[in-house]
Amino acid sequence: MSASNTPFYTPPRFSATFDQHAIAEIHRAAATGIYDIRGGGTKRRVPHFDDLLFLGASISRYPLEGYREKCGTNVVLGTRFAKKPIELKIPVTIAGMSFGALSGPAKEALGRGASKMGTSTTTGDGGMTPEERGQSSILVYQYLPSRYGMNPNDLRKADAIEVVVGQGAKPGGGGMLLGQKISDRVAKMRNLPKGIDQRSACRHPDWTGPDDLTIKIQELREITNWEKPIYVKVGATRPYFDTALAVKSGADVVVLDGMQGGTAATQEVFIEHVGLPILAAIRPAVKALQDLDMHRKVQLIVSGGIRNGADVAKALALGADAVAIGTAALIALGDNDPHWEAEYQKLGTTAGAYDDWHEGRDPAGITTQDPELAARLDPVKAGRRLANYLAVMTMEAQIIARACGKSHLHNLEPEDLVALTVESAAMAGVPLAGTSWIPGQGGY
Amino acid sequence: MHEIDLTKTPLREVNQRLQTLPPDTNERVWKLTNLHGEHACAVGLTQPIEVHIDGHIGYYCAGMNQEATVVIHGQCGIGVAENMMSGEVRVKGNASSAAGATAQGGLLVIEGDAGTRCGISMKGVDIVVKGSVGAMSAFMAQSGSLVVCGDAGSSLGDSIYEARLYVQGKVESLGSDCIEKKMTPHHLAKLERLLKSAGIDADPRNFKRYGSARRLYNFHVDNVDSY
Repeated sequence: MSASNTPFYTPPRFSATFDQHAIAEIHRAAATGIYDIRGGGTKRRVPHFDDLLFLGASISRYPLEGYREKCGTNVVLGTRFAKKPIELKIPVTIAGMSFGALSGPAKEALGRGASKMGTSTTTGDGGMTPEERGQSSILVYQYLPSRYGMNPNDLRKADAIEVVVGQGAKPGGGGMLLGQKISDRVAKMRNLPKGIDQRSACRHPDWTGPDDLTIKIQELREITNWEKPIYVKVGATRPYFDTALAVKSGADVVVLDGMQGGTAATQEVFIEHVGLPILAAIRPAVKALQDLDMHRKVQLIVSGGIRNGADVAKALALGADAVAIGTAALIALGDNDPHWEAEYQKLGTTAGAYDDWHEGRDPAGITTQDPELAARLDPVKAGRRLANYLAVMTMEAQIIARACGKSHLHNLEPEDLVALTVESAAMAGVPLAGTSWIPGQGGY
Repeated sequence: MHEIDLTKTPLREVNQRLQTLPPDTNERVWKLTNLHGEHACAVGLTQPIEVHIDGHIGYYCAGMNQEATVVIHGQCGIGVAENMMSGEVRVKGNASSAAGATAQGGLLVIEGDAGTRCGISMKGVDIVVKGSVGAMSAFMAQSGSLVVCGDAGSSLGDSIYEARLYVQGKVESLGSDCIEKKMTPHHLAKLERLLKSAGIDADPRNFKRYGSARRLYNFHVDNVDSY
């Protein structure tokens, strides 16, 4: 309200409900008749690891000397059934990302960086490329509903197999690779015409439910001589039951991906409104493993919004055996680098906010199949950046673990943590800071 | 012929033995007996051997087959010859759902009927069914051919890409973006070859051909009712 003849002025007031983003989306929907598609994970704030704090040592807890005393970081995956479990030097793995969504050099860079640090990379929809296999000392082969590029020779070349049921960005949804990213090579690998939208199925074609999955896993083991660890990846939705059913189905490793986990292309409404933040999913998954006496026997890898060593340490303290990073790894390679700001501006965005990974016009040359753009990424240098980043994350996690008196990252435990908010206390099952109250665990 | 009795030799050993035969093996014909519906039998074979399965068999029989010929003298469970790359799989009886799912090459012959989702996401395989196929067959079929000498259930070829479908009997309904297409001499010749290689006596001229209308290849909001 304004009245020019009074000394009072009410400044324009924006609605909290119809905020600028909501209004822009309504305008966009009205103008185009189509929902928004983008890459990445949820962008809104959800309860996350930032809402947790470590307590550190005190009179009752004895710390370890930062630069002298050992703090182990290795993790062995696949100890349940696989004849050849894999050992990672650090508990940070590279999540599945497809050739198709990413350029060949980007996949190569991921392999180089991970291998330097003794950890694994993962294929994605579209199959395994020679660049990736060649540069990845430990490569996990995703077995996806679409089975694009899936062949038994590559299956046998892999060090582990990940049966993908879902992912955090879109649990219950299939993938999408829009026509503009379908180069000749991508089309050939996927056995589809060039330039058409490729819909990745949301369900596996030849199994439904945990009883079938048990037999599917048996088949995969029979084809690979029972050598390779078999992971089952699920989006975080019903983590207690999904974890229990994955164990029942014979998984060696459960991979649990929260809603912050990225995707190459999905509807914004899906990314923002389906699935759980990873913080809410870890404890129920760990409880399922504990109830089945399988904690640490079936390993748990969690992902979705892991950014630094503190996130790694918190995920492990809540009971995970390792974490996976996708978006963070792309950023380490150079995604959203301000160096390309002028080009981000031309695309109507800015460094730090670019998420149109599906359009294939990535100025950083990572989420593209355009040869000129892809050539901007030097896989050797980018691999080195990823290795540096992984090293920093690991050291940060060790700093925290030593401060909590732990000689191995896996010795971190929920008792080392408190929560800053009631919500995060309930989700993580740790006390609200300064209290002994864990909401949701009986009493008021 | 080498015969293995599954009551005496565990499946793991049988698969391993068949999978590790050297390329120059002269042990080329095998017969497996007393299987009692085992799952994942004769999977991951890579050599041009011949394996006869004497009786009914469970899920994923001959899965991911390369080069081998596997003959099932009975019925088979879900996902027979799933993701086959090459070679031939022949089912003398009926096949359950998802026969030939995602298979990329080779020939799958089903002498009886096939269940639902036959040829789902097929990627280059040729499938010939002497009987009928169930609902949602050739769902998201990418390439290759599916020949059905009997009838096809509902939603045949839903969201199909470039696969070719030939049906002699009646089609209950076609799925999204699947239409009847003209049978050209080229297609007739191809169909004739397929029937011949499957050892099935049928006149190609009695078949109709179906394939993609290619209307849904790139998303457009005006097609939203089709999704």
